[in-house]
Amino acid sequence: MDNFDVIVIGAGPGGYVTAIRAAQLGFKTCIVENKHLGGICLNWGCIPTKALLRSAEVFHLMKNADSFGISSKETNFDLKRIVERSRDISKQLNQGVGYLLKKNKVSVFTGTAKLNGPGKIELSANDEKAKLLSSPHIIIATGARPRTLPQFKLSKNLLWTYFEAMVPKKIPQSLIVIGSGAIGVEFASFYCALGADVTILEILPQILPNEDPEIAAIARKQMELYGIKIITEATIKNVKKKDDRVTLDIDTKNNQSKELTVNRIISAIGVQGNIENLGLETTKVKTEKNCIRTDSFGLTNEPGIFAIGDVAGPPMLAHKAEHEGVICIEKIAGMEVDPLQTNKIPNCTYSFPQISSVGLTENNAVNAGYSVRVGRFPFIGNGKAIALGERDGLVKTVFDANTGELLGAHMVGADVTELIHGFVIAMGLETTEKELMDTIFPHPTLSEMMHESVLDAYQQVIHI
Amino acid sequence: MPIKILMPALSPTMTEGTIAKWLVKEGAEVSSGDVVCEIETDKATMEVETIDDGIVGKILIPEGTGSVAVNSPIAILLAEGEDPANIEKGSSTNENFAPQDNHAGSNNGIKTAVKKNATTISDSMPKQKTERIFASPLARRMAHESGLDLNSISGSGPNGRILKRDIEVAAKAPQIELKGITQKGYPEEKDKSESSHQAIPNSSMRKTIAARLTTSARDIPHFNVSSDVDIGQLINFRKKLNGDGEKNFKISINDFIVKASAIALIRVPECNVSFTDDAILMHRDQDISIAVSVKGGLITPIIRNVSSKGLSDISNEIKELASRAKQGTLKSEEYLGGTFTISNLGMYGVRSFNSIINSPQGAILSVGAGEERPVVINNALAIASIMTLTLAVDHRCIDGVVAASFMKELKNILEEPVQLML
Repeated sequence: MDNFDVIVIGAGPGGYVTAIRAAQLGFKTCIVENKHLGGICLNWGCIPTKALLRSAEVFHLMKNADSFGISSKETNFDLKRIVERSRDISKQLNQGVGYLLKKNKVSVFTGTAKLNGPGKIELSANDEKAKLLSSPHIIIATGARPRTLPQFKLSKNLLWTYFEAMVPKKIPQSLIVIGSGAIGVEFASFYCALGADVTILEILPQILPNEDPEIAAIARKQMELYGIKIITEATIKNVKKKDDRVTLDIDTKNNQSKELTVNRIISAIGVQGNIENLGLETTKVKTEKNCIRTDSFGLTNEPGIFAIGDVAGPPMLAHKAEHEGVICIEKIAGMEVDPLQTNKIPNCTYSFPQISSVGLTENNAVNAGYSVRVGRFPFIGNGKAIALGERDGLVKTVFDANTGELLGAHMVGADVTELIHGFVIAMGLETTEKELMDTIFPHPTLSEMMHESVLDAYQQVIHI
Repeated sequence: MPIKILMPALSPTMTEGTIAKWLVKEGAEVSSGDVVCEIETDKATMEVETIDDGIVGKILIPEGTGSVAVNSPIAILLAEGEDPANIEKGSSTNENFAPQDNHAGSNNGIKTAVKKNATTISDSMPKQKTERIFASPLARRMAHESGLDLNSISGSGPNGRILKRDIEVAAKAPQIELKGITQKGYPEEKDKSESSHQAIPNSSMRKTIAARLTTSARDIPHFNVSSDVDIGQLINFRKKLNGDGEKNFKISINDFIVKASAIALIRVPECNVSFTDDAILMHRDQDISIAVSVKGGLITPIIRNVSSKGLSDISNEIKELASRAKQGTLKSEEYLGGTFTISNLGMYGVRSFNSIINSPQGAILSVGAGEERPVVINNALAIASIMTLTLAVDHRCIDGVVAASFMKELKNILEEPVQLML
């Protein structure tokens, strides 16, 4: 039996970061992965979709080159090379994770790990007989997988999850995306940009249901301008397959019925934790809603067994998993750590337009009993945004009117995913409107809108 | 260039102190290592030495001034041959900065005065910094708005940074009190005529005692366990040990109790603990704090690792520490820490009493007077020397059975003092 100080199960962004931090802290550490280093995020999620969206963005810009004074003849794309580029980038980063683990002397096992009582792991690889590992600290970071729609009884060819949607052979003529969370609207943006007739179906009245309604409304309007059709408050009544096409009967608002026939469906109705086949039943670990129950430092109901990342519950985001993993291992090492503060985890969606946010929405702040001050600044008032040709968007800030605490920030428009960290730092350091007002933002940048939004909340806005 | 002498921090917790006495006069020549003044902190009186040579140019803070913030200038030293006019010149330059000082808004007359003079000789000692309080901007604002002094709040953030949550905790207690008063509609307290009382300003020590014991009594769930101990054998044992008084020690009953407590703590280590939010800390050593009454308050010097020491060592150490405690010359490491406290009021004829725990310790033993009391032995009344001991414990980390087990061991040892030899 091989003994380790720490065993991490799953080498996604949560798992591998935890393993590296564990090694830095002097623990003899191993990590077990059954598919690919870097997990979904790096191989089938965050990163490869950003590569696809970048291609779509370049294509979109080239089609509009004329508005920048550039004439280009025929603009075309080669889907095979777009997908290859995306896969190559994943591969490159996957190798990078392998290098980082090796550099930090983390032992990497390829295979499937199963708990065999507290402290013990049975590792089975395809070609070898099971190996036994033991450790006083086992960290489960097995992530999540797409939630499925089994009642549809459609083949993978017609009903895609993100796995299939990421490696298309051709752009379907028409496409329905079920679900308007980050994954749904990103794929909708990609396929729309490359010419598909895209319809988003959302069961709730608002797309991007977790975002501030005002921001979501602006995003919706922009997406519709790009050509995406959006049906909210939609429930699917019936699904009929005919050759290479699918017909959906939909009930919409006020019980109006609609029939849509498309070539492909992308299911983006969320993800669920990977808690099966882990041998959890051999321990006291408890689960709820397809996730493992933990305390605020990742400890499960079984001493010595921890869980972090998607498998430990929402929000299911790579950056949350990384942070949670670091907290967990540092707590194990006896360091003084603060528990995860979910209200300070930013959200980023890389659709066209981009959306980013942190903290409370205006409504949630009011419902939580705050009296609020709200600032807004539109892209049209920012010189850099106009120079970039990105006139649409908004930066919204929400403050506690009594203390000046920044409660939330919400943005929609070009590159806002690269701006949000400024507000995340501000919230983390507990700045008030005063320090944000006193900060000198560089001119000309999109970030000036963050400043102006804060000024607007206190009736001091300059450029509108 | 004139050099300023700053109020030193004599312990890690010290934020302000009182200038008890100046030992030099203006114009006196001093050299490095000379004692220039005595400072009274929350715990003790200490001597302050100059680290530079020169002439005392000006004493900025007169003797007897209290609440002098750490790192504020208390005197100015002139280098040899330096013109005393430098100070005045500095002062006049300083006038230009006065508005800025006012801007900073010092609410303490003394501090302001110090600040003004401080600027005169500003860059003479670059290595000295004014103490910075780390607090988030939001915490600063919330403290300001709820009238809380950041100096009195301990931070829970990285490196003790004061955060919003710390202010919320600090703001809670007084708010509740205020609410209670207005809701019940108590009549406003009438001004008492000045002659009806004499106001004795709170010394640093008095403020510390007030703050620490209030926190302890408010936040720690106390309960008490009492036992009557027959000290007949102990009295004889003591007589034998001390002999005719020719020896270089004279062991008191209290010394026996200190030693016996340490042994009982070894037998019941669950009683030698401190509560923290994350864990109960079980201490390895028995560092016993002894409550010593001093002028204007009390202090608890520590006998470290008592179980490793003999009775005569313990006795002599207590005498030495108690005597220096009364002189106010204890070093901070001699009274900071400790894992268990003993308080003895027996010499005042007190039969029994309950003490407030010396946080973060888990227990405190209150020792009453040893006295002859009627007891029942073998169905008959008899007279015995009895002493009542009362243990107050922190119920968050010590449960009733643990406290009782400790008292049982302690009683057992004191009633059979030969065990002290083990």
